[in-house]
Amino acid sequence: MTDDRRRLDEPRNVRRIVHAVYLVCGLLLLTDLLYEKTPHFSFENWFGFYPLFGFVVSFSLVLSAKELRRLLRRDEDFYERRQRARRW
Amino acid sequence: MSPALLLILGALPVPLLPGRVRSAWMVVLPIAALALLWSMPEGTTGGLTLLGLSLEPVRVDSLARVFATAFCLAALLAVIYGLSVRDRVQQVAILVYAGSAIGGSLAGDLVTLFVFWELTGLSSVFLIWARRTERGYRAGMRYLAAQVISGLLMLAGIVLQVSGGAGLRFDYIGADSPGGMLILTAIGIKCAFPVLHAWLQDTYPEATAVGTVVLSGFTTKLAIYALARGYPGTDMLVWIGVTMACFPIFYAVIENDLRRVLSYSMINQLGFMVVGVGIGGALGINGAAAHAFADIFFKGLLFMSMGAVLTRVGTVKATELGGLYKSMPQTTVLCMVGAASISAFPLFSGFVTKSLILEAVADEHRTVVWLLLLFASAGVFHHAGIKIPFFAFFAHDAGHRVPEAPLSMRVAMGLAAAISIAIGVVPGVLYGMLPFAVDYVPYTASHVINQLQLLGLAAMAFTVLMRTGLYPPELHSVNLDADVVYRRLLPAIWTRGQHGGAHMRDRLGPHVEAGLAGVATLVTRPLRADGGLGVPWSTSGMVRWVVLLLGILLLISYL
Repeated sequence: MTDDRRRLDEPRNVRRIVHAVYLVCGLLLLTDLLYEKTPHFSFENWFGFYPLFGFVVSFSLVLSAKELRRLLRRDEDFYERRQRARRW
Repeated sequence: MSPALLLILGALPVPLLPGRVRSAWMVVLPIAALALLWSMPEGTTGGLTLLGLSLEPVRVDSLARVFATAFCLAALLAVIYGLSVRDRVQQVAILVYAGSAIGGSLAGDLVTLFVFWELTGLSSVFLIWARRTERGYRAGMRYLAAQVISGLLMLAGIVLQVSGGAGLRFDYIGADSPGGMLILTAIGIKCAFPVLHAWLQDTYPEATAVGTVVLSGFTTKLAIYALARGYPGTDMLVWIGVTMACFPIFYAVIENDLRRVLSYSMINQLGFMVVGVGIGGALGINGAAAHAFADIFFKGLLFMSMGAVLTRVGTVKATELGGLYKSMPQTTVLCMVGAASISAFPLFSGFVTKSLILEAVADEHRTVVWLLLLFASAGVFHHAGIKIPFFAFFAHDAGHRVPEAPLSMRVAMGLAAAISIAIGVVPGVLYGMLPFAVDYVPYTASHVINQLQLLGLAAMAFTVLMRTGLYPPELHSVNLDADVVYRRLLPAIWTRGQHGGAHMRDRLGPHVEAGLAGVATLVTRPLRADGGLGVPWSTSGMVRWVVLLLGILLLISYL
């Protein structure tokens, strides 16, 4: 699409965004030192509980969903094929 | 006059009205219904006795009013969204369907609830059939079957409740009686309890662009309302809700059809509400009601943005999309507002409503439940917050150069976005409508920071997975879910049975036929011309038989 290139089409700019995300996340982790916690559970007091929880569960969610796909995935016409055969 | 009847009767002239008048009429109806709703005093109006049963067709209280208000606003947005579609079937269906949902939420007795419960199913199926394809027709039939089964279970439950002396009033029902269990199952179908959920992700994505938006607003939220009214504090619901919040997010990651991703995400959000009802108490019920209210708009907004993509591009499969921000920048931004709201970013609606539920869980010190809901919160950001906008509007440019969404669609999306942001910025207005007084402050330093940390690092996980290529690619596929039971397994058993029957007939048929022919010959032999009964009998023989028969009769009469 050379006719319609935008800033986001430049890999350099995408890389910049990615770095910005990493930077913001690093800062968010450090913010943990700055505020007074009002926990309901004792583990909320651990350093970086929320950010690390967010990262770990999201990462493992995607990877486990990827594994589940082996079990669950079928062809796109899985349901139609059979109905055509039955001439519905 | 109730707001429900206003919409349902108001739908009748819609097919007859000409273009612009019809549009204006349809926009005015939900606004009038909303005004009527808020002008009605709390309490029951128009109570009547039918066949000895006392009915309360319209009951207004704070819980009913929150849901009915949301339904009126959702009807308004749906009507505006659908203005560009000149399909009278859908336009009538939208109004009747919305009216039924409002009627259900205002029902003071179980019979009225049942009537509107069925009417929501019957009216909304036309939004799927309006696809006017073979595939849409079949999906509509499956949808209708689920809705009707739910209605029948509810009817059976009501009959048991009444015969058990519990009365018809629609208040706390409880799951400890057989009737209560049946009604809970009926609600569970419409509420998409695990295993009973299949119809939702199976059929919602098969409706029209407008249809899915409309469907997303009413049926499931009416079910949440019925749950909050009839089963608050039922502990079983906590675990049902947690399951609903967690399992769909795995499906959402690998699903290709973006409207199906949103359907899974819908089950996930309903899960939070069900947990709120299960926890019960002021905070739990407030949380469920507030989150249902917010969900109608942010989920509606997300479905609207995907409907706009479907209208313009003709598909919502992630494999076919990408780079649409160049052609549809406004839709992109509005979709991202919906994404931020469902992900519960501070200043967006989910932040101030979902946290009520998490707070209720934390107050009860349900550690495992709380951690699982936190996992589900990170998960929802992942699929609804990032995946939907990313694969539709960004990712690699699929080369679609299409016009921006029609104006009416953008107006509806803009309104939904405005409501979502307003709830997030000024939570007091929604909090003030809730059934119980709210003693909760959403904007505290720790809540805002923790939420940003959770979401920020979840976004980083997505970024790392994309950059390292570990993220599962979008593929043309369907994923097996509970619908495989009624779409493949049961038909397969039926076909197998038919084949088995035919096989047996072929194998055993000749033998059985020969056997039966033999028996027939044996039995009919005395009747033939040369058989025992066929030949002429002698007079003495006849007399002997008559005497014998009379003797037997005499004997019987003495016994």
